[in-house]
Amino acid sequence: MNELFFLQPDIISALTRGLWVSVQLIIPSSLFGVIIGVTVGALRVYGNTAIRAAGDAFVLVFRGFPLVVQLFIWYFGLPHIGIYLTPFAASVLGFSLCSGAYQSEYVRGAFLSVKTGQTMAARALGFSGIKTILFVTLPQAFRRALPGCGNEIIYLIKYSSLAYMITCIELTGEGKIIASDNFRFTETFMVIGAIYLLLTSVAAWVIRRLEGRLYIPGFEQYS
Amino acid sequence: MTESLIVLYGALPYLLRGSLVTIAVVAGAMMLGLVFGIHLAVGQVYGGRWLRRVIGLYVWFFRGVPLLVLLFLFYFGLCSLLQINLSAFTVSVIVLGLISSAYQSQIFRGAIMSLPQGQLKAARALGMSDRKAIALIILPQALRLSIPGWSNEYSIVLKDSAVAYALGVMEMMARAHFVASRTYEHLPLYFAAGFLFMILTYLGTKGLRILEEKVRIPGYSA
Amino acid sequence: MADTVPILRIEHMTKSYGEKVVLKDASLSINKGELKVLIGPSGGGKSTLLQCINFLIKPDRGRIWLDGTEIIRAKGKELYAYRQKVGMIFQDFNLFDHLTALHNVQIGLVRVKGMQAKAAKERAIHELDRVGLRNHMHQYPAELSGGQKQRVSIARALAMDPEIMLLDEPTSALDPELISEVLDAIRALRSSGMTMIMSTHQIGFAGEVADELIFLEKGLIVETGPPAKILYDAEYPRTREFCSKITELYANSSS
Ligand SMILES: Nc1ncnc2c1ncn2[C@@H]1O[C@H](COP(=O)(O)OP(=O)(O)OP(=O)(O)O)[C@@H](O)[C@H]1O
Ligand SMILES: [Mg+2]
Repeated sequence: MNELFFLQPDIISALTRGLWVSVQLIIPSSLFGVIIGVTVGALRVYGNTAIRAAGDAFVLVFRGFPLVVQLFIWYFGLPHIGIYLTPFAASVLGFSLCSGAYQSEYVRGAFLSVKTGQTMAARALGFSGIKTILFVTLPQAFRRALPGCGNEIIYLIKYSSLAYMITCIELTGEGKIIASDNFRFTETFMVIGAIYLLLTSVAAWVIRRLEGRLYIPGFEQYS
Repeated sequence: MTESLIVLYGALPYLLRGSLVTIAVVAGAMMLGLVFGIHLAVGQVYGGRWLRRVIGLYVWFFRGVPLLVLLFLFYFGLCSLLQINLSAFTVSVIVLGLISSAYQSQIFRGAIMSLPQGQLKAARALGMSDRKAIALIILPQALRLSIPGWSNEYSIVLKDSAVAYALGVMEMMARAHFVASRTYEHLPLYFAAGFLFMILTYLGTKGLRILEEKVRIPGYSA
Repeated sequence: MADTVPILRIEHMTKSYGEKVVLKDASLSINKGELKVLIGPSGGGKSTLLQCINFLIKPDRGRIWLDGTEIIRAKGKELYAYRQKVGMIFQDFNLFDHLTALHNVQIGLVRVKGMQAKAAKERAIHELDRVGLRNHMHQYPAELSGGQKQRVSIARALAMDPEIMLLDEPTSALDPELISEVLDAIRALRSSGMTMIMSTHQIGFAGEVADELIFLEKGLIVETGPPAKILYDAEYPRTREFCSKITELYANSSS
């Protein structure tokens, strides 16, 4: 009975339900995070002064506030101005914006690191501004941004557990319920921890594989 | 609007006292992380195969499991399992510290490995034991190089400390939420808490930059 | 000459990395006050031999005697005591980057020899004075020229009162105009009676100061003898080839 606790059907179904919610939080949030990150990152490099300043302010606030504070603002704060979000929607919004702010830092750094000689060479060949960015700058910047952005996604997997704090019952939340109902805190959180460990390890492995795929001899990752 | 300001003004001393709790949690965690992190890094660079492997597992574990899950595991699980009575504050410091030690160890490890091999060789050639060479020659240089990374780690631990609210630690976030749910002024209070966190980030990183400049070795660039 | 015990003797020193043998059965001995110079092509094993002598590289095989006493357990306290008696100068100086010139010299005295800080400081200043750097003692390595750094490193080694010094290409990392100040310091050491084993590509200097040249190639001591013999009248064709090539180079560069 003791060893088989985690094999009981209702426990298993609660855990899978929680895991599924977590996955539904992580995947859209990381996608939106990357989209926001690339957009804001690019605007902070190529935009005019006003746009750059706006981008910097966005990043300052969304990296400066703890994620928990941001989640509370979206979930408990927004109703005061008449916007009601479900715990799930508030979580995805919070994760995407915060993650996007961090991502944009890596993207920005990556764009800035592409040497001016590269764009000059492209211009000399007759590339237009857009084509230069598309075919020369982006492929190089992408490789440079990848390790940082990949790390950010791993962070996001872990931080997705904070959705529990605004009552979005994902993996951690289901774990808390199972543990409290059965008074099995240690085992339950060990299992929950192991599942997260699996998720983060798989993500790290995929990212490393991708980096290996995109490896170019002599192309410095950091300059 | 004015009402919000009045509430905010009244709550500010309460929040600021919370910032002291936040500072205590973060300071404790960073120190724990520093002491553990240095040992982990040295073990990972100079240790034998098994030691390196064990440290690798430790780092993998504490970097791969969410803070919240570890807080629950330690506070509700391990503490009662091992029959030790630790306050939520203490558990938060320990868990944040252990996680940070995993991250800090990687900062220090990178710094140690960036030093030229010759430093250790020269120390050995003078007759120093490896222990002395590491303490007197390697670490003083590696720790200096680690200050920017450490500063970054500080800002992460600071923000993560808000999660200690989940255990009921009365730090800034918890206090902001406490007042908010009584006064129904959620937005102003959360923003106030957020800005206080930003101020603490600024002060800490600024302090570390001053420290970096203070201990800078003339002419040295690595 | 043969009546004394050699100050240092090594026998059958061997080192390989995997399949690759980088030092083959090297033996040599040196008497007090002698200067022996290792020459040979790059990758020949000079650095390996020197670093095996003070166990910075652990030889696979071989025995070492200092003052007639064999170093049997090259570990812990015995090893540290032995290394104090064997000073080492590195090609790239390896000054401790976070310490001033003074502290570079002082740290071994205080932390290894256990000397009082004040006495150590006096001694360190004395050694820096000997290499002409008293006025630079509060500067950090990054603020010194290559030649000055190498002289500090000589002072650092001398402060430990070594019985013998190993110098691994002490001038190779220096700009040409800085070489002579270091060579002068080595000449001064020689006339003060210090026993030294040095590797160098400065063949002219080697010929001038060495008691004996040791030609090392592919990990093997090919030939040993007085400078005049090795440089102009070597027995083995490989030695002759190397020496003629390098003397030619030297003649060209110094003209
Ligand atoms: N850690 C190592 N692993 C494998 N091979 C090594 C290692 N260290 C040295 N070697 C090899 O050992 C050989 C001897 O190297 P060593 O540095 O002793 O030569 P050297 O005579 O000092 O050359 P140089 O004049 O360039 O300083 C070289 O072929 C080198 O590649
Ligand atoms: Mg060499």
